[in-house]
Amino acid sequence: MTMRTEPVVVNVGPHHPSTHGVFRMKLTFDGENILDAEPVIGYLHRGTEKLAEERQYTQVITLTDRLDYVASMTNNQAYVLSCERLVGIEPPERGMYLRVIAAELQRVASHLIGVGFFLQELGVFGGTALMYAFRERERILDMFEMLCGARITLSYMRIGGVLQDAPEEFWPALRSFLNDMPGYADELQALVFDSEIVRSRAIGVAPVSAEDAIAASFTGPILRASGVEWDWRKAAPYDVYDRVEFDVPTCEGGDNYDRFWVRMLEVRQSLRIIEQCCEQIEPGPVRTTMAMLFRPPPGESYVPIEAPKGELGFYLVSDGTIAPYRCHVRSPSFMSLTLFREMLVGWKLADAIVTLGSLDFNMGEVDR
Amino acid sequence: MGETLAGNVIYRNVYQFVQDLLGEEWSWVAYAAAGMAIILLVTNAVMAIGAMYTWFERRLLGRFQGRLGPNRAGPFGVLQPIADAIKLITKEDIIAVGADRIVFTLAPVVMLAPTLLVLGVIPFGAGSWLADLNIAVLYIAAVSGISTIAVMMAGYASPNSFSLFGSMRAVAMLVSYEVPLVMALLGVTVLAQSMSLVSIVEAQALPFLLVTPLGALIFLAAISAELNRAPFDVTEAESELVAGYMTEYGGMKYGVFMLAEFTNTVVAGAIFAVLFLQGWKWAILPSHIWFLLKVGGFVFIAVWVRATLPRYRLDQILAVAWKYLFPLSLVNVLLLAAEVIVWPERGAAELGIMAAINWAVTIPAALLWSKVVSLRTSPPIAAMFSTEGR
Repeated sequence: MTMRTEPVVVNVGPHHPSTHGVFRMKLTFDGENILDAEPVIGYLHRGTEKLAEERQYTQVITLTDRLDYVASMTNNQAYVLSCERLVGIEPPERGMYLRVIAAELQRVASHLIGVGFFLQELGVFGGTALMYAFRERERILDMFEMLCGARITLSYMRIGGVLQDAPEEFWPALRSFLNDMPGYADELQALVFDSEIVRSRAIGVAPVSAEDAIAASFTGPILRASGVEWDWRKAAPYDVYDRVEFDVPTCEGGDNYDRFWVRMLEVRQSLRIIEQCCEQIEPGPVRTTMAMLFRPPPGESYVPIEAPKGELGFYLVSDGTIAPYRCHVRSPSFMSLTLFREMLVGWKLADAIVTLGSLDFNMGEVDR
Repeated sequence: MGETLAGNVIYRNVYQFVQDLLGEEWSWVAYAAAGMAIILLVTNAVMAIGAMYTWFERRLLGRFQGRLGPNRAGPFGVLQPIADAIKLITKEDIIAVGADRIVFTLAPVVMLAPTLLVLGVIPFGAGSWLADLNIAVLYIAAVSGISTIAVMMAGYASPNSFSLFGSMRAVAMLVSYEVPLVMALLGVTVLAQSMSLVSIVEAQALPFLLVTPLGALIFLAAISAELNRAPFDVTEAESELVAGYMTEYGGMKYGVFMLAEFTNTVVAGAIFAVLFLQGWKWAILPSHIWFLLKVGGFVFIAVWVRATLPRYRLDQILAVAWKYLFPLSLVNVLLLAAEVIVWPERGAAELGIMAAINWAVTIPAALLWSKVVSLRTSPPIAAMFSTEGR
């Protein structure tokens, strides 16, 4: 006698411990195996792009903070770079160096969150690894507080530079962080990435080939994990990335383990960039003087940057008024969900959760 | 009721009091009342230790994770379990719509009961145990299996997919892990030539942890799975299943589940201490203190493991049970049986020789077998499913 079975549809989210905010997956299960997967988004839609059309160019900066709320610095950077292209100004050197330092610190913080939650989803109870990751991130947030007074929604960057010069206490804090962070990265690596359980759970799970990754518009770490060497900091250097030396780490497999391994490697490269910026930076103004309320000439601009999660760009259209006519956000998180079904089908529930963690997307950026 | 119980002060006094009150012909009432008094004492003491253990675990996890842990209620937060209990008891008791009300309500009780039943045979110190059952090891294996039914009941009665997932995982896992667990118990039984826990403790001229390291290792792994603890905690994997079979529970029903879980860990520590750490035996300190310290040592290791290890996937957990632990447990039992035939009388010297042989076998066997059995994910799982028609 054969038992009659039928697939079960389970809604994972929008209220679920590991859906990165309010993401909802409709998963069809046969036992533990996933037969079908459908992402449902829109629970965090705030109409950022429309709101931007009703604000002056300078006011939009605060809206960008709230897109990818664990990486506000790079959101600011993408927006102000696009604005500067539109207006046709260049920030002073010190301002550009400060931007790069802040952006790379933000990359470290964002990758720490990504790695921490990946391990949380692998089931390190109560988030031991997550706590370790947060401990280091806390120091970065302290430094951001020194820079601009805020910790999460920073709005540090301005059109034509940055808000203000770094205070005196910032540099010793940065120095001690640069000294400690490699050790912490080693510690995290020893705790989890060399663990046989992590390896057996993550290696070979939900692999994405280089062709698929390119076809699906993957960018950032998840593209480089599939073996494609592509980084906007190399391809079209902005700010002062053309003056610093760094490598673009890549992996081969494109599986869950590689997607995280590449992030750990990138953290070390970010530290290298900050090191060089600290040596090269010279005293001077941090911001060009320009009108708060300006009217850019009619036209359009798009400057892609390498945000921690991938290519981030603001497509701005000006009609000569004080507010952008159109502000479109090209967000990496939204694009990383394009292969959602292909990555999940055939794997088990536990793998699906870990795969979501490995994509390291952020709902604030997906829904905008 | 054995001699030791009649020698107990509380037992004797209660018995005497009731008999004086009612007269000689009502002695069965006195017998029952005195027994009840002892049961009340032991049950409550262990549940109190279980509750305190929640505080201990949370503080310790805090230390492992570089944070403080509960430190507000009372000195060092020791009153936290009481605050938690008050909070849980005063919460509204909710039964979800569509739940099987009777089974739903019964499940936490069925979960807690086997934990307390096991206490009946555990010797807590020199001469203090409730019953020296001659099949105690078998009894423990049988009774502790009941908790699987409770998990199944909770999952079946809750109108929630996650609960069902959790309980199905629990059944698959617990049924598999009964086998290596019983084989590990069998090894100890062969070594002690008895199933009575008291005799097992007395047979340990050397701790069996030293004599049969493989058995202890298998027991630890299997009991972690039985307790749903890391790295085998898939049944309530919070990042996947919210809270597994407990998802729909709230208030004191949830509290009883948690109490059962924590008390289970303490009781597992007690079983481990009895089977592998000479039970109450050691020098200088009173036997009960030694016993508590040994249980504390086990619990400490359990928390440490929980704070460190990620969790296996379900199929990997089953693979660990059947491909790794089961063959090794067979090796263990065969080895011990052969040694018992060679040395029919086993004092400390003979046990020492056996320990040397067993360590020499265990380390290469465990390492080699871990090279043979791979838990790495094989890619073609996805190919099993047709992607047409989507």
